[in-house]
Amino acid sequence: MESTGDELSINGKLKSSRVREFVAPIPLLSWLLGALVAVALEHYIGTSFAQTLGLRKAPMLFGFDIMLKQPTLIHSALTYLVLIYFLPIIVVARLSAAGMNGLAAILIDYPLMLTVLIHLGMLYAILHWWSNMSLYRADVLRFTLIAVLLTLSLNLINGYMGEFSCSHPGFMALGAYASSVFTLGLFADDRVFGPALLPQWLGPYLFPVALVLGGVVAAVGALAVAIPSFRTRGDYLAIISLAFMFIVKSLIENLEFVGGPRGLGDQPGWANRPVVFVTVVLGIWIINNFVRSTLGKALNAVRDNEMAADAMTVDTRQTKITAFLFGAFWAGVAGGLYAHALRYINPGSFGIQMLAEGLAMVYFGGLNSVYGSIVGACSISLLGEMLRPLELFKWIIIPLLLILVMIFRPTGLIAFREFDVKKLVRPKQASDR
Amino acid sequence: MVFFQNLINALQWGSFYALIALGYSMVYSILMLFNFAHGDIFMVGAYIGFGVATALVALTAMGNFALPGWLVLALTILISMFLTSFVGMFVERVGYRPLRDAPRASAAITGLMIGIILETGNLILLGAQRISFPSLIETSTYQLGGVVVTNKKIMIVLVSIALSFALHQFIRRTRWGMAMRAMAFDYAVVPLMGVPLNRIAALTFAIGSGLAAVAGILFGVAYPVLDPYMGILVGWKAFVAAILGGRGSVVGATLAGFLLGFIEMFVPMVFPSTFRDLIAYSIILLILVFRPHGFFGEPYSARLRL
Repeated sequence: MESTGDELSINGKLKSSRVREFVAPIPLLSWLLGALVAVALEHYIGTSFAQTLGLRKAPMLFGFDIMLKQPTLIHSALTYLVLIYFLPIIVVARLSAAGMNGLAAILIDYPLMLTVLIHLGMLYAILHWWSNMSLYRADVLRFTLIAVLLTLSLNLINGYMGEFSCSHPGFMALGAYASSVFTLGLFADDRVFGPALLPQWLGPYLFPVALVLGGVVAAVGALAVAIPSFRTRGDYLAIISLAFMFIVKSLIENLEFVGGPRGLGDQPGWANRPVVFVTVVLGIWIINNFVRSTLGKALNAVRDNEMAADAMTVDTRQTKITAFLFGAFWAGVAGGLYAHALRYINPGSFGIQMLAEGLAMVYFGGLNSVYGSIVGACSISLLGEMLRPLELFKWIIIPLLLILVMIFRPTGLIAFREFDVKKLVRPKQASDR
Repeated sequence: MVFFQNLINALQWGSFYALIALGYSMVYSILMLFNFAHGDIFMVGAYIGFGVATALVALTAMGNFALPGWLVLALTILISMFLTSFVGMFVERVGYRPLRDAPRASAAITGLMIGIILETGNLILLGAQRISFPSLIETSTYQLGGVVVTNKKIMIVLVSIALSFALHQFIRRTRWGMAMRAMAFDYAVVPLMGVPLNRIAALTFAIGSGLAAVAGILFGVAYPVLDPYMGILVGWKAFVAAILGGRGSVVGATLAGFLLGFIEMFVPMVFPSTFRDLIAYSIILLILVFRPHGFFGEPYSARLRL
């Protein structure tokens, strides 16, 4: 997360040219190595170092909670931040740049998959070490990753397709409930669903099936929105999808066998860190390929001018329905992950609040952009956690921030940018940019 | 008898929905955007009404003169309308005007966020406890052949119908109303004809917020408990009613508001009351499938400026 943030701000707009000169030749691999060193440093000396600085333990979320709770410790938290994260990342990244550029140049001759796997392996190692420090971090990490998947699937509809869909909490609820019923019914001794039908050890292997089932149920539900809404253009989808969200919520409240308004709990906790990581990465990969495919380009064409797209032989209705169902599918998968990560779901949590959060993440990060969704989801969910000590004022600051972003960059921070893996992992030269 | 009793209650709830829906509908027709903060403006209106009513009661107690309850209520409504309309204009100025040329969805997001800020601001200022609205007029109950009618219910229905009629006349007959209709017809060209877009937008928000304030006070009169999240439930339903009524149609929004009230009251007669939302929204979905532009809306092509 650390490294992606740095990388993006560098690709974006750093005004100072000296900084740009300094970081331009650093490939992604070096950033990852730097972050790896930083989290390793924190893992081994973090706690004792924090204690020498006068902190009780290592700051969990970049020191924000400490700075907000005890302003007298701001300098210690900042020192910690600089010495453990900032300095090692910069120094290691810069020093290893030459070597890593060489490595990247070698890797470029091999299939792209190998390079990507190496990067992802390093990223996973970083996240693993980072979140091993505390259970709190591990939870924040998992829910942030799930939020990334949800945001991306919403961006598919609101950004790439250019419609305003409000039904994502509904899709997520469908996915969460479908996959929960599947796992609870088959693998758990449950009050409602009776004893386990299949042996426990089989469970984790069939968890992907549960997730896919959740996605498919969500997609089938999406059909109920898509078929009536895409007959005409306009704000029609917004209303129908809003009604759909309320219908799903109310329907689940009335289904007694999934617990009604009390919710459904005790899902097996199979959505652990590696499972969530792999699923979300897979989701990003597939969605990115989708939006860069012919179908994705057709989708953008439909958004920009439906009549022109129609004239260019794009089957507009089919394109829109396909994309909508695809988005709903991934929302359902995110819902399945959410249910098995939190291990408790109730219909009340899939309401307006979740809709507002999802929309905030999409529009903060940027429309029509995979980068944007990743940044938006990470920043809004991490910000939400970091500002937790402020209690109610959190819900003033985050909305204000979003309003400012909307006023100065109406389509979000990193909108309309293509997520090109090849460009991301290639070796960098000083003359770039 | 139960039928007529429910009819009265449906009319009462329909009045709230209709008054709020009018605000949504006007903004939607003129600026083509969803004012997602409107439900919370309703909440703010109710709280402002509470403040004004309390102040008036305290004033009369201090000055040692007694105003009749209905006069206090009328004054409360007028002053609160006036004050809440400034809230609406402020929201427009801060949240929507800077985004006039941006994608409409972005403006919807700012609206949503302003709504959250209003709710939280209220929580911070007044705390989480519920506030009870002062009862300004005595409840008197009439028995009409077994149906219980209170004077409050009659007043609520009459006030809301009178206000939507007044708004209808305003839009049909005055120059300002004509400017609004023209703006709804073509948002791009009409400002070139010398119609001040900003002033019309501010006026639209002021009127919508004033009506929402009336709805808030009437809600406080009928159900004298206010809480900061009251705008969410009522507001979103009213939003759906506004769309159901058709773009820019005062009559449509009023009727759809009452229809929603009827559905909500009559569903529990047949089904368990937990099915209320489910059936209400399903009926709305069905209506929209067959009449995509609402009851009175003209087909239009929204240019999504994205």
